[in-house]
Amino acid sequence: MAEKVLMKGNEAIAEAAILAGCRHYFGYLITPQTEIAAYMAKKMPKIGGCFLQAESEVAAINMVYGVASTGKRVMTSSSSPGISLKSEGLSYLAGSDLPALVVNVQRGGPGLGGIQPSQSDYFQATKGGGHGDFKMIVLAPSSVQEMASLTVKGFDLADKYRMTSMILADGTMGQMMEPVSLEEAAVADYDKSWAVTGTKCEREHNIINSLSLVPEELEQLNFKRYEKYKTIEENEVMYEEYMMEDADICVSAFGIAARVAKNAIAMARAEGIKVGMIRPITLWPFPVKAFKAAAEKVNSFISVELSMGQMIEDIRASVEYNKPVTLCNRAGGMIPSPEQVLEVIREANKGGNK
Amino acid sequence: MKKRITLFAGHYGSGKTNIAVNYAIHLKDMSLPVVIADLDIVNPYFRTKDSEEELKEKGIELLCSEFAGTNLDIPALPQTMYRAVQDKGTYAVMDIGGDDVGSVALGRFAPFIKEENNYEMIFVANFYRPLTRTAEDALEIMREIEAASHLEFTAIANNSNLGEDTTAEDVLSTLCEIEKLSKLSSLPVIMTAAKKEVCALLEGKIDNLFPLNLQSKII
Repeated sequence: MAEKVLMKGNEAIAEAAILAGCRHYFGYLITPQTEIAAYMAKKMPKIGGCFLQAESEVAAINMVYGVASTGKRVMTSSSSPGISLKSEGLSYLAGSDLPALVVNVQRGGPGLGGIQPSQSDYFQATKGGGHGDFKMIVLAPSSVQEMASLTVKGFDLADKYRMTSMILADGTMGQMMEPVSLEEAAVADYDKSWAVTGTKCEREHNIINSLSLVPEELEQLNFKRYEKYKTIEENEVMYEEYMMEDADICVSAFGIAARVAKNAIAMARAEGIKVGMIRPITLWPFPVKAFKAAAEKVNSFISVELSMGQMIEDIRASVEYNKPVTLCNRAGGMIPSPEQVLEVIREANKGGNK
Repeated sequence: MKKRITLFAGHYGSGKTNIAVNYAIHLKDMSLPVVIADLDIVNPYFRTKDSEEELKEKGIELLCSEFAGTNLDIPALPQTMYRAVQDKGTYAVMDIGGDDVGSVALGRFAPFIKEENNYEMIFVANFYRPLTRTAEDALEIMREIEAASHLEFTAIANNSNLGEDTTAEDVLSTLCEIEKLSKLSSLPVIMTAAKKEVCALLEGKIDNLFPLNLQSKII
């Protein structure tokens, strides 16, 4: 076990990326994720890496495309409005089957919104994030330690499946400080024979491109990509079940909302209410089976979100609309209190929520 | 004798705000007139403003950006900030933003502080922060802050902690680094700050203990 240090969530992402072998970071400052760039700016020059503050988010994501084409580990980070700017690049990365890590430390929206925490980019992250048919692996950390471990995991999954992994955090996760222990990650040997590294006149050219001139071929590429997505849905789902053994009510929340929900569950349990939680760690692939199985046991679901209700749609679809799912939310940069969640749990316990 | 102005500066997340708030309350408890000035122009979330109610209750005036704690990310300071350096009848505790970037704002006030020459500028060190694990790393940040703020440190404070999980052993194991920093910078260790429960355990083992009530956390 490595020694503990006290880190902000944003710093933990940056340090974990370095430990995972990432030596290329391209970004543009935006609150509340600026510490990622600041940390990289301090650290990368000392270890022979590249920190580059691009002239814009659009430039940064296209620099990511460039390095990803060479098979090197590369990342960028931003917050909500900046991720929207990067969405064209996310689509091109998907269309070219390139591995990359993208971090979104969400803030309130839409538009310029505000700098306070939010989870309202759930749709954007899990339903594509740009034009065309594609998915990103979306990881939702709920502690500073997970900010680090899921960053490492994100790089691994990106390399394994040649696609983008996104860390979907929120402003609180980025700014809060907790003790963490970080260790050098063992990087597995992924096949990078597709990378553009110079042929040395010893092999055929590798071409990285998202343009297809023949519709039939583009269709086949899409089919093939969705076969891959199916494999990921089968094999890479991650979630945490908390006090679900005897639960009548299932709370679902990710990231910071899950921490609030845990406090509320402890309060409800003290009142004798049998309530548990499913915390999705991968938002895509979504833990569909876990929710479907829970629907066999519990009476109702509560989705706690820092949005107007986005994940709730996936929960409803997962339980095939057989059980009521209630939304407990705040929006615009506000965080639900444990008391607010407790009140919704109490209502559900009376059979009152729909 | 306490200096009229006490400044707390240091690396991001070294605990400047916690110490500053506690120190202002400490001065107030000695029946001294106190203002606390939040000069942080870089940290969007956790700042002196969060302790506004507690400070108000104690009768400590808070000088801070009118945008602190709002949705606006504007590195602006109000006109009233000059009170901290110009009102010589009041003790001022100044909470400076992290690193050289955060201490730039202090430069504006440095000429007044130097002219009055009745200040203590304290470098807050937390050796559990990843970029200040050693005395040498901390010294580098000290020098960067001095260059950016146009002021020189006069003392150092050991605030090594792992948040709420901090134990007495965690603090004790940083003593050699703080002594080393003291030697490298030729500055005295003016205090060792730790949360109250931990200070109680350190009694008799470390001089100049400064017990802290930690700022409340939402989660």
